[in-house]
Amino acid sequence: MASWQWFHRLGSPKWLSGTIDRWLPWVLGLGSVLLLVSAVWGLAFTPPDYKQGNSFRIIYIHVPTAIVALAAYYVMAIAGAVSIIWRMKVADMALRAIAPVGAALTFLALVTGAIWGKPTWGAYWIWQDARLTSMLLLFFLYLGIMALHDAYQNSASGNRAAAIMSLVGTVNIPIIYKSVDWWSSLHQPATLKFTEESTIATEMLQPLMLAIPGAYLFFIAAVMMQLRVQIARNEKNTRWMAERAAQ
Amino acid sequence: MYFSNLVELWNMAGHGPYVWSAYAISFIVLAAIIVIPAKHYRQQLKHIRQQQSDNS
Repeated sequence: MASWQWFHRLGSPKWLSGTIDRWLPWVLGLGSVLLLVSAVWGLAFTPPDYKQGNSFRIIYIHVPTAIVALAAYYVMAIAGAVSIIWRMKVADMALRAIAPVGAALTFLALVTGAIWGKPTWGAYWIWQDARLTSMLLLFFLYLGIMALHDAYQNSASGNRAAAIMSLVGTVNIPIIYKSVDWWSSLHQPATLKFTEESTIATEMLQPLMLAIPGAYLFFIAAVMMQLRVQIARNEKNTRWMAERAAQ
Repeated sequence: MYFSNLVELWNMAGHGPYVWSAYAISFIVLAAIIVIPAKHYRQQLKHIRQQQSDNS
């Protein structure tokens, strides 16, 4: 069936590699430009928060990295499920590609949040805060999945262990989302809402509306680059890869 | 610009060290997740080329 062709092609490393080569410059370019524009806008042009002052400018890097770090986990867990159910090679590759990028973004959300916390709450880190602790757990989940991939000599066992761990870890995702509502927390509740009006001034919101899609695109570009390395390693003995390397 | 000069932008009324360090760390980490796989990819292509010339 024609409509399913894309699904089969997804399993073809040659097709995937060509698609990545075509799209990567655009995705990376647009993502970088959006992040850069939002950073300049947010750092120099938006007015400071009436309560927090200038420290709130960290929002333009903290919120986008945190949102994408969580979204990345969803995608990775779906890849884990696909890997377990259908044993698709591309799902294992996606899992491997997303884990280090997700770890880096979670790290940034944690570090920028800690830096923001110091002038706002008076402390870099508070163990009693559920949002902070559950986000730290997300970071360890990403690291654990990376470690499982490396720990097994037989890569099929490593892939399976990582896929199972990614599924088990999904328990943490609703906890992160709801942590600011379920437990009294220093972390402020979400300012961006889909169901009601957002509690943030429009002029402060505008750079964030560039930074969030920018962070998504940047994430996709980083995952594409990870995939490209894996494909080049897996397919090193094929003719088409040799031709590509010779170019 | 919101600030009246570059010194004010740098200081951010005392919040400068927090804001600028957060952005600096973010820049470094975001650059790293692009530069590191790019380097690995180039190394792998080089490795494949060497393998080819060894075989022929």
